[in-house]
Amino acid sequence: MKTKDDVGIKGYAGYVPKYRIKPEEIGDCWGEDGKTMGRGLRVESKSVPSPDEDVVTISTQAAKWAMKRAGIKGEDLEAIYVGSESHPYAVKPTATIVAASIAASPHMTAADYEFACKAGTAAFQTCMGLVSSGMIENGMAIGADTSQGAPGDALEYTAAAGGAAYVIGSEDLLAKIKETVSYTTDTPDFWRREGEKYPQHGGRFTGKPAYFKHVTNCTKKLLERTGNEPDEYDYAVFHQPNGKFPVKAAKKLGFSKDQLEPGLLVTHIGNTYSGSVPLGLAATLDQAEPGDKIMVTSYGSGAGSDSFDIEVTENITDVKEKDVPTIEEVTSNEEFVPYSVYAKYRDKIEGGR
Amino acid sequence: MAIARFWREIKQRYKGIGVKCGNCGEIFFPPRDICPECRRESYKKMDEYELNGTGEVITYTRVEDPHPEFEDLCPYVMAIVEMDEGVRLTGHIVDVDYDDIEAGLEVEASMRKLGEDGPEGMIYYGYKFWPIDSRRGE
Ligand SMILES: [Zn+2]
Repeated sequence: MKTKDDVGIKGYAGYVPKYRIKPEEIGDCWGEDGKTMGRGLRVESKSVPSPDEDVVTISTQAAKWAMKRAGIKGEDLEAIYVGSESHPYAVKPTATIVAASIAASPHMTAADYEFACKAGTAAFQTCMGLVSSGMIENGMAIGADTSQGAPGDALEYTAAAGGAAYVIGSEDLLAKIKETVSYTTDTPDFWRREGEKYPQHGGRFTGKPAYFKHVTNCTKKLLERTGNEPDEYDYAVFHQPNGKFPVKAAKKLGFSKDQLEPGLLVTHIGNTYSGSVPLGLAATLDQAEPGDKIMVTSYGSGAGSDSFDIEVTENITDVKEKDVPTIEEVTSNEEFVPYSVYAKYRDKIEGGR
Repeated sequence: MAIARFWREIKQRYKGIGVKCGNCGEIFFPPRDICPECRRESYKKMDEYELNGTGEVITYTRVEDPHPEFEDLCPYVMAIVEMDEGVRLTGHIVDVDYDDIEAGLEVEASMRKLGEDGPEGMIYYGYKFWPIDSRRGE
């Protein structure tokens, strides 16, 4: 996809609920060795939303902070897209509630996106297109989820909650998005039928033909298009369904573990689905310096990947001085809960669907 | 809760929008049509005013025998918070240990779910408060 020279990120922020649960707590409940399970998935804990948190509340908090960093008001936003697979309503947009809560309504366009874990980056691309074409000045792209695995399912060890919001525009950019490419196929690796509580997945079918195929092909296309080599990037962010997949994909493509490190949040907060890449990128931007280059590739089951070639500008220094918490600060406020509390919270979330 | 009433109050519930008397400058939340001091002088001068969302705890209490809607949150903390603008609001304090709350604690409003009309009904959102330091790594 062609992008103009002057489109990118003006502000960003992420939010992750405070509660955490460890794999051993989940394993104990099902007579499984949770510790070993967690070690295999490279996940030490995952975030758990409070019963009064959902995709609307997570998105709203991230959006408020992102606007503060961008130095804009709600009325400056002409588009809001929220990507999630756990929108609180089946019919009634999350985006309208978020827009009202940040005073962006009514002179704006809004919609919810769904594409498993890559709905957030799909929102990025839409905002980029609207900004590049001159249709809007500023748009907001959000990726957030409060995802669920069926009780006893392997997904329960990783399915977590969190999200991040980005103000996309063409002026005062803290990072330019210089190129984006996508790789999309019809792949039945993971799905949830309308009205069903929990997703189904294709077991072993989720790895090679799904995550790795899409992530590597999409990233390779981006590298080909930009003429960049993996080692020209300071950082890389890949979708993180667990702690193993992104490391393996990075290695295969020629990226190092050091490049991944700042954005690899899955170990402590789990898989935040649509929030995964947006939060990983936010944590990376928190550490970035002017001139740094960041490679980003998302993945959503069903299936597709979006890759982005990002270059940080000198504005990143000013943005960091605004009174908005970094991802490290947000996630360091944690409280571990036992399975009983987790189950109570989780049931409530199911009720909300 | 009646859907129409909730919808009319969205601005104050989501954004903390009150009114400021154009005559004496006093801020009111929830919004009112007339300033009790200025009365007729304030007629049609009560302009929308957005609270900045921060304030401090005046008093608080732990609720152990909750409204059925809040059972999953039990026990939870309700407090009277004096906002920077001087108005006092009642609201939940979230994401904090009861023992860490005290009068004078600085808090910030954040949007949360307030309740819902069962699994099929509407979901109600609005402000609750959390300690201002809680998301800043302190
Ligand atoms: Zn008055």
